[in-house]
Amino acid sequence: MLPELFFGYFATAIIVLSILVVTRRNPVHSVMWMLLLFFHIASMYLFLNAEFIAAIQVIVYAGAILVLFLFVVLLLNLREEIKTNRFIGSWPAGLMISAAILFGIITAVRSFVPGPAGKYTVALIQQETHAKVLGEVLYTDFLFPFEIASLILLVAIIGAIVLAKKKMRS
Amino acid sequence: MVPLSWYVMLSAAVFTIGVFGFLTRRNILIMFMSIELMLNAVNISLVSFSHYLQDMRGQILVFFVITVAAAEAAIGLAIIIALFRNKSTAHVDEMTEMKG
Amino acid sequence: MKTYLLIPFLPLAAFLINILFGRNFLKEKAHWVSILAVAGAWVISVATLFDIIAGNVVNENLYTWMLSGNFKVSVGFLIDQLTAVMLIVVTTCSTLIHIYSAGYMHGDKGYYRFFSYLSLFTFCMLMLVMANNFLQLYFGWEGVGLCSYFLIGYYFTKKSASDAGKKAFIVNRFGDFGFGLGIIMIFLTFGTVYYAPVFSQVGGFAMQTVNFLGYDVNVVTLIALLLFCGSIGKSAQIPLHVWLPDAMEGPTPVSALIHAATMVTAGVFLVARCSAIFSLSETALTVVAIVGAVTSLFAATIGLVQNDIKRIIAYSTISQLGYMFLACGVGAYTAGIFHLYTHAFFKALLFLCAGSVMHAMEGELDLQKMGGLKKYMPVTYATMLLASLSISGVPGFAGFFSKDEILWLAYASTSPVGKLVWLTGTFVAFLTAFYSFRLIFLTFHGKFRGTHEQEHHLHESPKVMTLPLILLCVGAVASGWVGIPHLLGGGAHFTEFMKPVLGHPEAHGTEAEEWMVMAVSVIAGFSGIGLAAFMYLKRADIPGRLAGQFSGLHRLLFNKYYVDEIYSFLLIRPTLWIAKNVLIGVTDARVIEAVVNGVPRAIGGVSRQLRKVQTGFLHHYAAIMAAGLLIIVALMLLR
Repeated sequence: MLPELFFGYFATAIIVLSILVVTRRNPVHSVMWMLLLFFHIASMYLFLNAEFIAAIQVIVYAGAILVLFLFVVLLLNLREEIKTNRFIGSWPAGLMISAAILFGIITAVRSFVPGPAGKYTVALIQQETHAKVLGEVLYTDFLFPFEIASLILLVAIIGAIVLAKKKMRS
Repeated sequence: MVPLSWYVMLSAAVFTIGVFGFLTRRNILIMFMSIELMLNAVNISLVSFSHYLQDMRGQILVFFVITVAAAEAAIGLAIIIALFRNKSTAHVDEMTEMKG
Repeated sequence: MKTYLLIPFLPLAAFLINILFGRNFLKEKAHWVSILAVAGAWVISVATLFDIIAGNVVNENLYTWMLSGNFKVSVGFLIDQLTAVMLIVVTTCSTLIHIYSAGYMHGDKGYYRFFSYLSLFTFCMLMLVMANNFLQLYFGWEGVGLCSYFLIGYYFTKKSASDAGKKAFIVNRFGDFGFGLGIIMIFLTFGTVYYAPVFSQVGGFAMQTVNFLGYDVNVVTLIALLLFCGSIGKSAQIPLHVWLPDAMEGPTPVSALIHAATMVTAGVFLVARCSAIFSLSETALTVVAIVGAVTSLFAATIGLVQNDIKRIIAYSTISQLGYMFLACGVGAYTAGIFHLYTHAFFKALLFLCAGSVMHAMEGELDLQKMGGLKKYMPVTYATMLLASLSISGVPGFAGFFSKDEILWLAYASTSPVGKLVWLTGTFVAFLTAFYSFRLIFLTFHGKFRGTHEQEHHLHESPKVMTLPLILLCVGAVASGWVGIPHLLGGGAHFTEFMKPVLGHPEAHGTEAEEWMVMAVSVIAGFSGIGLAAFMYLKRADIPGRLAGQFSGLHRLLFNKYYVDEIYSFLLIRPTLWIAKNVLIGVTDARVIEAVVNGVPRAIGGVSRQLRKVQTGFLHHYAAIMAAGLLIIVALMLLR
């Protein structure tokens, strides 16, 4: 009973918050709602016994990416945003397309058959901590993608600096 | 016990809301946030699968998705800043130089 | 390597060396390469002649030229008695004219080009006479036509010269079209293009007919007539004679070599070579004889009133070629070749002497401006006089023996037109003597009628030019002595020599008739000389009075019977009209341009519409992406 209740609250909250994020006029408001959304998603992860991922979600997404967004919103200093149209002219068409996508995915999910279960039961995860288990898999089977990920981050750093820097006044 | 299908439907809903936001909003920042929304929806679905199938690989993929999302956000925002410097507007439907 | 292969390939090597290195390296020395090459070919030709006299005939293939299914043609060489005689003619004249050209063309800008073309011509002509199959003959045939175009249009900056070159080539092509059809007929009938099997098998086809353009014609007659078309073009017989007088635009050595001694005789060579085919078709032989006789009369009458010395000699050539065809037409192939051989010497000599006169007169060609040149140019005068005596058939000279042979065999032949062509030939002999000596008297005798500066410039030509004149003169006088007939006590060696190849025509006539024919032709010759002497030496006013009295006839002859004008009206103007209005106006402007311009325009139109997909709106792109995703998901669901 309790799990369903919690899930129901979090699911509703997540959906309402995401609708709020995409429909606010003021971008700062959108960012704030997004922050709240990320916290709810992190709680959802806790439900699913993925505490390390929850931590990562809060630290990286809410702590880094959203702050970045906030900085850019402040940099762009959009005043007239409040007065003009939010949506483009043909927003009903967009609504239709997204509704169709929702319908398609839900229909597809019906015919889903789960594969064989792995060895990481909830008990095992709780016994060895989640971080340790995650590390076990990450640094053995997925070492190469791990290294690639670091390269991606390097590229992102360099790219961001190059793209956003002002021209030097010589 | 919460069935797996509920989590997947939640993920589908959030994804759809992200698609709607991306297709209809004029402000480029909100479009970007919609993209983040879509990525998070996928993360939810991945973690729930990982939990229900008792396999770590879903969470490993979430790990990488978060990494890439961070990198992409950084570069995308840098582009937006550069774009804003040139056009001094954040409305996508006013930027049509690529027409034709 | 067989030495006879050097005969054609030495001049070919000279051509290549001159054309590649002549402009920058050899320049003024270009003549050495060519002269040495053709002189070498001459030496080997003489050696080959002795070889053939000893009886060693050669018929060998060198390498496979074309191989296509059952059709195989090789580059091959046939050297028999006929070829040996032709080799001597070609290489001797070529060598002497090469030497003459070194003096005549001295200082000309395209010196190396001239010698390279001359050597190329020699190569092609030698390939023509040494071929052992029709295709190689055709190769040489076309090659000499091409070189003729190059050499006639040598002074290509002058419009009349380049026009003359084009005219020669195009008129030749008319004949070559028939010739090509003939070769195709030969292949269709015999299955091969080599001489040996064709000539040995042709007897079996004598009665066969083939359907040509809806008519049933005898296949041998058809082949013979088609081959003769080529001869008409190449040897400037009626109706394709129009190119030869215009070809005088080329330098005089070219006229001597090509249009007197070698190229124009290729037609006669062809008929003689295919004597096996022609002998089986009386129709074809009659056509050949009539064409030859008519042409010789036609050309001789035109030559009577011309004032350009080279044109006179050109018409004389056409006329003498008519004689050779006349001979072949009555079955006397050997006599035709004999006349070819003697004619080469005295006609080349006449041209070279004309060149010598031109050289002294600084390019002046008009008879009316000359006169009394014999005291300035003794050697030229002497050699030209001897050549004219030879062509007029004065006894003892080469021309007498060959011409007499033809006339006698025409009279005594079994051909239905034999007596007719004999009469024509005798009359033409009279005209020939007349116009030849008219030329001599007006040029060398009497008073000089030119300008003062020209008179100051008159001089004999340098030794490099007079030496070939003298050598050719020896040939012009003495070359006939190998064919002195039995009647006059000779051994008729030439006829005996050519018997294995050309056979011997039956002569139906008594010895008394033979004496009569000889006497008549001698009288004709002398009376021609006498009349010319009377009209141009003694009473110089008569020509003017006659021209005035018979002005219509005079104008007709002077304008060459208006043949060029008729051709222009009937053939050339309609063709040009069609080219301009139909081909350019319609096919080019409407059809081809429509495609060439239309396709890009269509592509441009399509792409202009396709561009509209790129709206520049990010939302449109995103929407299309989402729609694509939808479609994929839907497709996967429906599966």
